[in-house]
Amino acid sequence: MGGRAGFFEVEILDWETKKQLCFLDKVEPNATIREIRLMFHKLYPRWYPARQSIKLDPKGKSLRDEEILQHLPVGTTATLYFKDLGPQIGWTTVFLIEYTGPLFIYFLFYFRMTFVYGLDERFTSSPHPVVNLACICHSFHYIKRLIETVFVHRFSRGTMPLRKIVKNCFYYWGFAAWLAYYINHPLYTPPSYGKKQINFAVIMFLLCEAGNFSIHVALSDLRRNGSKTRKIPYPTKNPFTWLFFFVSCPNYTYEVGTWISFTIMTQCVPVGLFTLLCFIQMTIWAKDKHCTYLREFKDYPSHRTPIIPFLL
Amino acid sequence: MAPSEEDGGGNGAVEEKEKGKKRKLGALATAWLIFYNVAMTAGWLVLGIAMVRFYIQKGTHRGLFRSVQKTLKFFQTFALLEVVHCAVGIVRTSVLVTGVQVSSRIFMVWFIAHSIKQIQNEESVILFLVVWTVTEITRYSFYTFNLLNHLPYFIKWARYNFFIILYPAGVAGELLTIYAALPYVKKTGMFSLRLPNKYNVSFDYYYFLIIVMFSYVPLFPQLYFHMLRQRRRVLHGEVIVEKDD
Repeated sequence: MGGRAGFFEVEILDWETKKQLCFLDKVEPNATIREIRLMFHKLYPRWYPARQSIKLDPKGKSLRDEEILQHLPVGTTATLYFKDLGPQIGWTTVFLIEYTGPLFIYFLFYFRMTFVYGLDERFTSSPHPVVNLACICHSFHYIKRLIETVFVHRFSRGTMPLRKIVKNCFYYWGFAAWLAYYINHPLYTPPSYGKKQINFAVIMFLLCEAGNFSIHVALSDLRRNGSKTRKIPYPTKNPFTWLFFFVSCPNYTYEVGTWISFTIMTQCVPVGLFTLLCFIQMTIWAKDKHCTYLREFKDYPSHRTPIIPFLL
Repeated sequence: MAPSEEDGGGNGAVEEKEKGKKRKLGALATAWLIFYNVAMTAGWLVLGIAMVRFYIQKGTHRGLFRSVQKTLKFFQTFALLEVVHCAVGIVRTSVLVTGVQVSSRIFMVWFIAHSIKQIQNEESVILFLVVWTVTEITRYSFYTFNLLNHLPYFIKWARYNFFIILYPAGVAGELLTIYAALPYVKKTGMFSLRLPNKYNVSFDYYYFLIIVMFSYVPLFPQLYFHMLRQRRRVLHGEVIVEKDD
């Protein structure tokens, strides 16, 4: 084991072929993996640190930047394995692209561009107030998300694989187009229960958006000093955060609520389908997060459920 | 989609992986699976024989689908149980893969052949029926013998070689059938929902079928090459053993 004065030697092998990619001698014992990544990047300029997965075991997990060489279970000659994660893209960029798409795509349908509903309907507007309301709510939702991405969110991991963003964009942009098509269609039918249904939906929408925003701010405050470690979130003075008493991921709970309210407001099956898929995806994410919390914190509140109080 | 179920060793002698420790299949599960696979082998054999008899007696394929449709519908629909087998864990295959394969069969039988009567006398229908019959008889007898731990080599050989021809032939039959059905779907507007309606959604079965046809393009090669890889692994391993002897 390391821990003595004197330099380390680090060899880095390809995880699949086991070919030696580089040999670093005279490495400080207290060097971090981040520094090793930078050294590796110097030798292989196209593999910038974000796309390097450095591990102790060819099939193991990637080591974090903060890990220190002498604290790892390696001898004074350390063998590490490298895997190329592929081109990476920063989370902030990802979200900006994913959220601006639906925002503008919806407008194409709302303003009835020529190629959408045909020449006869071009640039006409709907006689139903709920259609205007839906556009305002949809736009508000994505503008809020863009603002949060720039000013509120603090990401624990810097990047994601570039390939994923193509898939994600197809999904979010495609669904936005599909549901915008029906809501802004000339043959759109307003909700069956009229004003009562719409008003109820609007109130629910606003409450859920406020709730979601409150949770994002609360989570962001947990990392105020720029730390990347996780802490247990607790309810604050803001009543919207009191959902933390019951669930681990109230931001997802509120998000599903927003989409349910939008479904009620527009009474549109594609919106309902999108809501269902969001619910499934967020339940998976919430369960993951919940398990991580339980693993990392011995004193985690045991009565909390992942996403729905008492149920799920 | 002409399916051959992907899995390492068939659904015989399957172990349930619970928390990393392996358990052999219980006696009840084994008995049920043997019964199921024997029944399905018999069912598809009956179907095959009925098809041959019809052709010998009538000398034409016209009316063949009508005469065998009850048996076909029964045994193909019964195959939905295979999804349950995977979900419960007595068969070590992904629920998703099995689900997709069984669904595509159900789709062809009920939403194309049954619903669009005018295409029932197309040659392409006979093509995929023959392919399905041979494939299923091979597949279910393979599973049966596997469960009984007495697998004759020729069954294993058949399972991992027939698909090379049968798979593309089946896909051809299915695609040609869907293509033949298109004009009738367009004319009748069947299974379609138009605007305006209070759910604010529309569905056009005609365009849906076109999308289904295009989806064969990415899906078929993936499944085909997967089976080829399985084949190399299973039969290749066999060859090595013989060499050592």
